[in-house]
Amino acid sequence: MGRMSFVFQRLALLVPTAIGVTIITFFMVHLIPGDPAVTVLGEHATPQTVALLHHQWGLDKPLAEQYWLFIDRLVHGDLGQSLYYTVPVWGLITSRLPATLWLLCYAAVIAIVISVPLAVLAASRKDAVRDHFVRVVPLLGLGLPAFWFGLILQTWLGTKLRLFPVTGYGQGFFGHVHTMFLPSLTVAIALCPVLIRSLRASMLNVLGADFITTARAKGVPAPRLLVRHVLRNAIIPAVTVLGINVGFLIGGTLIVEQVFAVPGVGSLMIGSILQRDFPVVQGVALVFGVLVVLVNLLTDVAYAALDPRVRFGR
Amino acid sequence: MSADVVSATPAAPAAPAGERTRKRRARWYRNPTLIIGAALLFAILFICIAAPLFTSFDPDLQNLEQALSGPGQFGHLLGTDQEGRDTWARLLYGGRVDLRVAFLAVLFPFILGTILGSVAGYFGGWVDAIILRVVDIVVAFPFFVLVIALVFVLGAGEKSIYIAITAVGWVSYARIIRGEILVAKRQEYVLAAQSGGLSNLRIMGRHLLPNVITQAIVYAMSDIVQNMIAIVTLSYLGLGIQPPTPDWGTMIADGQNFLTTQWQLTTIPGLAVVITGLGLSLVGDGLADLLRPGAS
Repeated sequence: MGRMSFVFQRLALLVPTAIGVTIITFFMVHLIPGDPAVTVLGEHATPQTVALLHHQWGLDKPLAEQYWLFIDRLVHGDLGQSLYYTVPVWGLITSRLPATLWLLCYAAVIAIVISVPLAVLAASRKDAVRDHFVRVVPLLGLGLPAFWFGLILQTWLGTKLRLFPVTGYGQGFFGHVHTMFLPSLTVAIALCPVLIRSLRASMLNVLGADFITTARAKGVPAPRLLVRHVLRNAIIPAVTVLGINVGFLIGGTLIVEQVFAVPGVGSLMIGSILQRDFPVVQGVALVFGVLVVLVNLLTDVAYAALDPRVRFGR
Repeated sequence: MSADVVSATPAAPAAPAGERTRKRRARWYRNPTLIIGAALLFAILFICIAAPLFTSFDPDLQNLEQALSGPGQFGHLLGTDQEGRDTWARLLYGGRVDLRVAFLAVLFPFILGTILGSVAGYFGGWVDAIILRVVDIVVAFPFFVLVIALVFVLGAGEKSIYIAITAVGWVSYARIIRGEILVAKRQEYVLAAQSGGLSNLRIMGRHLLPNVITQAIVYAMSDIVQNMIAIVTLSYLGLGIQPPTPDWGTMIADGQNFLTTQWQLTTIPGLAVVITGLGLSLVGDGLADLLRPGAS
């Protein structure tokens, strides 16, 4: 199978998944116990506003027609109206997307900067003390509640030592880099255990390869061998792990944005939950679902493009 | 590890280790990771379950005169919160709640995912195709986004947590079990059972499952950690365990207003989560070494 047909095959698989994502978000309204309109608007809603919302959401129509309406509006970029802000949900989400994307990319960079040296350290001597150390310490990160770690960083590095601003998004590129450091670090720490683990495993895999033995026999010094020969080949699987875990990363930004008051999509979702602003919650879930599907597709394609050894047959 | 967390690293081929090395690895008492993890976990479980032995305070008893006292004051080991409730007592009783919910919340997705995964792997064909498609769709959502959204629409509380985590979490078990069954069902003992005329249900339940379930058990250990974080996070947002029931998430949320003066109110329940998570992760790692030698 050629490269292009591989991409097309992946794109074709995308369609049912994307439809499934819309079905799940669509049915969220119907999971609300009782009358969704009454639950969302509160006990004191007038019959008129309830009827209006019924009509707006198409709740007075049969289920299949409701879903069709939902899709029809969706393809026209209409995710409905926010009940709290009374503006279109789509605009609300796009205005907050840059901060979230910043956070995601920044966190990925920090995670790589932390994980690569540690993985090299561990893989350079398997089963030595440093290897055990690098294998056990990240386990602490697995059980670390992101919001709690964020609060601790905020208090010590922000409020007490005044090294970083404690909230917001910052102005300009360097403002973003400075202000977003703590939230990005918080998100990154959660990802490090997984990244270190897979990097270490793939480096150990590469270390067993024949060309490493050849390089060793030729007398390539150990540090050069690790960086030029091993790390280079081990980094592709690690990038894939990063791509696969984009959903995990996004989940992390949700609560971290809330703690650090970053004006992103995650804090929008949490805020909307507290305001019982249902259309926004639905819209954000949909956008995040589609985002993950797209990133996974890109990861697959990039992996295939970067690594000439990837075969396209099944 | 999250439901989304999948290692792209190909599983290392089983080391051509001799029978002796395999046996040596398999001895649980030579497995420090497992021992330390299990000891930590049992200690935490014991202190939480036997909470009345370790504190004489009622976790829900308010005493505004002693509100926000520091550690050691008025006989409160870790001080009190803004309503004068003993922090140490709330920590222990909260641990009971969080650990119970975390363990139960792993049970339901485990069972559902195992059943669906076995059916998909064993029968293949359109059943497999449908289940795989549903898995793909659920996996498309970030775990936290879907769980938080589901608990929000279902209404805050313990029941919603179980439903939401089951609805999202089963996919990992289904994937693991399906993959294992695909390999195992081609083995001779399964063919023998099939030609012996045993029912499909019996083959799956009595012959295949015992051979493939270990992977799912190893995964379940890291899944409990993730569930615990999910529960604490939901409680922090006010969507999880409802006050006045003590819980680590609400303790962190309540304490964050006093971070600069009474730092222990937020720090200690968070540390409890981290230490419990470490214990569970160590047990998971140890079990992985024990149950699938050569895969470390």
